[in-house]
Amino acid sequence: MASKKDFVKFDKVDKSYDGKILVVKDLQLDIAEGEFITMLGPSGSGKTTCLMMLAGFETPTNGEIYLDGNAISSIPPHKRGIGMVFQNYALFPHMTVYENLAFPLRVRKIPKDEADKKIDKALSMVSLQGFAARMPGQLSGGQQQRVAVARSLVFDPQLVLMDEPLGALDKNLRESMQYEIKHIHESIGVTVVYVTHDQSEALTMSNRIAVFNDGKVQQLSSPDELYEKPVNSFVAEFIGENNTFAGEVTDISDGRCKVKLASAEILANPISVKGKGEKTTVSLRPERALINPSDKMDNIHNGKIEEVIYHGDHTRVRINLLGNPEFILKIPNSSSNLDIKLGNEIKIGWNSDDARALDPK
Amino acid sequence: MSSENKQILTTDGTPLEVSLKKAEKKNKIKAFLLVAPLLLFIIITYVFPIGDMLMRSVDDKMVTEMLPKTYKSMEIWDGEELPPEEVFEAFYFDFQKLIEEEREGKLSTQLNYTKNGFKSIIKKLRRKSKSFEEGNYKEQIMAVHKRWADVEYWRAIKRRAPAYTYQKYLKGMDMYENEKGEIVNVAEDRRVHRILWLRTLEIAFFVTVFCFLMAYPIAHLLATLPMKYSNLLMICVLLPFWTSLLVRTASWMILLQQQGIVNDFFVMIGLVSDDNRIEMMFNKTGSYVAMTQILLPFMVLPLYSVMKTISPSLMRAGKSLGGTPFIAFWKVYFPLTIPGIGAGCLLVFILAIGYYITPALVGGASGTLISNQIAFHMKSTLDWSFASAMGLMLLSGVLVIYWLYNKLVGIDNIKLG
Repeated sequence: MASKKDFVKFDKVDKSYDGKILVVKDLQLDIAEGEFITMLGPSGSGKTTCLMMLAGFETPTNGEIYLDGNAISSIPPHKRGIGMVFQNYALFPHMTVYENLAFPLRVRKIPKDEADKKIDKALSMVSLQGFAARMPGQLSGGQQQRVAVARSLVFDPQLVLMDEPLGALDKNLRESMQYEIKHIHESIGVTVVYVTHDQSEALTMSNRIAVFNDGKVQQLSSPDELYEKPVNSFVAEFIGENNTFAGEVTDISDGRCKVKLASAEILANPISVKGKGEKTTVSLRPERALINPSDKMDNIHNGKIEEVIYHGDHTRVRINLLGNPEFILKIPNSSSNLDIKLGNEIKIGWNSDDARALDPK
Repeated sequence: MSSENKQILTTDGTPLEVSLKKAEKKNKIKAFLLVAPLLLFIIITYVFPIGDMLMRSVDDKMVTEMLPKTYKSMEIWDGEELPPEEVFEAFYFDFQKLIEEEREGKLSTQLNYTKNGFKSIIKKLRRKSKSFEEGNYKEQIMAVHKRWADVEYWRAIKRRAPAYTYQKYLKGMDMYENEKGEIVNVAEDRRVHRILWLRTLEIAFFVTVFCFLMAYPIAHLLATLPMKYSNLLMICVLLPFWTSLLVRTASWMILLQQQGIVNDFFVMIGLVSDDNRIEMMFNKTGSYVAMTQILLPFMVLPLYSVMKTISPSLMRAGKSLGGTPFIAFWKVYFPLTIPGIGAGCLLVFILAIGYYITPALVGGASGTLISNQIAFHMKSTLDWSFASAMGLMLLSGVLVIYWLYNKLVGIDNIKLG
């Protein structure tokens, strides 16, 4: 199936609630058909506003949103045919599960036997057969969540929006629901726009992630790229753990740069620095730094262990390294290990490719 | 099976249930003592007066006690023809005793309730009886006035024999028991109470409807507006509560009278001509307008408290699933507000059905309710037993409505706040 590249298109969308502050600034975003895209960002970053504009509950202050090539700003929500899963499920408490699922079908005047088939299918998709006669209040949080997902899909929308749907669930349930939603998406190929502030949720589920901050998309890319190759220090900080060194570029050549820190000089991968003298923040993932490194690594420095935190499968070590007392290192919990004791001096090394010189914070 | 043998024991060997009761006993006593003053208060101020009212409404001992010998001798009288001499004699002695105690006036009032015409003949009998001779009282009494020779009047006395009566209730329904013991309607031109009952129901019903129609949007606004506006609106809703009922009613009088502000305004914009001003007061309109305004908060508050709990995302969900705003409202929002509607309507209806001051002041003749009639009998005719009977009829009417409501909506479906 030839899927459209710009099934949903945000075209230069601005949004302001009070005429003073822009909540969404010049948003440009294309979503392909069948894609699972996540809007990720801290609260107040504008991601939910974007979703609400897409659903039709907010109107863009400027710009236009296109759904399948049609401008939709002037179409009221009930005519957009977009499925939506709300933060607190928004199941109708006075209707049974069956009636909840029948609601979108009834307003579309779908005949009863056809509707029943669709409801059965939707319930089996979320493995809730036999729950049709229950009231939402009689279901657990996870079951309610699944009903909400089923209800958003039962009328076969091409696009489903999910607004932090797993926020109210406990950790284990949340993780299993993540997989469940992901599998449903894969099996029926619906386009999903998912909003969350939980980065691990975003990384697990999405084809692509749009990281929002301050009303802008900071980076739009696949989960691995987002994690491995953040384009600015906000993304690097927001996604996963991150060690940083603030310094000044002293030299750029051959795709390497030298960054002068307070006490030493390190080699880094110049991402958003262009020339000498620029201020920069060097970002390094904890798992990319090794202790007792081989000599091939081009950054090798000594640090003092400040804190050792046992995490079961790995040990986190906080090291005072090159003037950064918050340098975190993850050491796998293997039997061969090593003399990690509080106060010891150890050698730490990393490749300059992994140390990304980004914009200064 | 052996479930009885497996009684659970605590570590020191006493059965668990006994031990639990012992442990809980102290708490139970404490809890009871805490509510005891309130319980006592309710019994004294609520149960006793209602019980007293019930007794008063059926109590008819007064005449029974005043004429003990008469009623004893009447037991053998069949009521077809004039009673025998023994009855007259017994009546004479009872009557003499009443004269000594100066209670014959009360007797005449009481008997007059049963049949008109007793007052004057009792007065006359009192005067003449001083000179009665011993024996043959029948002749002497019948000679006092020709009504004493009328069997109807003796039947009327006999009807007052039982110590308890439901006559007052019949009277409240514009009915009475005639000489033959049949329950019949009073003459058409003397039926006042039935009209009042119907009017009370009608006004209470429409006031409830008007309150609902006006309160629903207000409550919705209150529940959805941002805090700073909703607080202000809430104060506007509650402001009437802080004003005396009398003041509010009086201000409606200022507004609604024929030379009042509303009429002035209508004349000014040319809606009505100056010599043709609308009568909005001292009739039903006055009662409707003033009672609706005064009872409005009782509808707004339960509705508001229910609407406050309805998540706005439900309406959004309804719309996003394809329902037009109307369908989303009608199928999703409205059903969820039913507990509030039920509570508000019940509250307003029950308050309206017993409303007194406002209809008394602005209702005029055609806008007064049954409670005004009750007050009239309490204060003016001093027929407390009739007032009690009507009060109880009103109370049982309210209970019936409550019962109906429970059948239709379910009382646990109610939400007052």
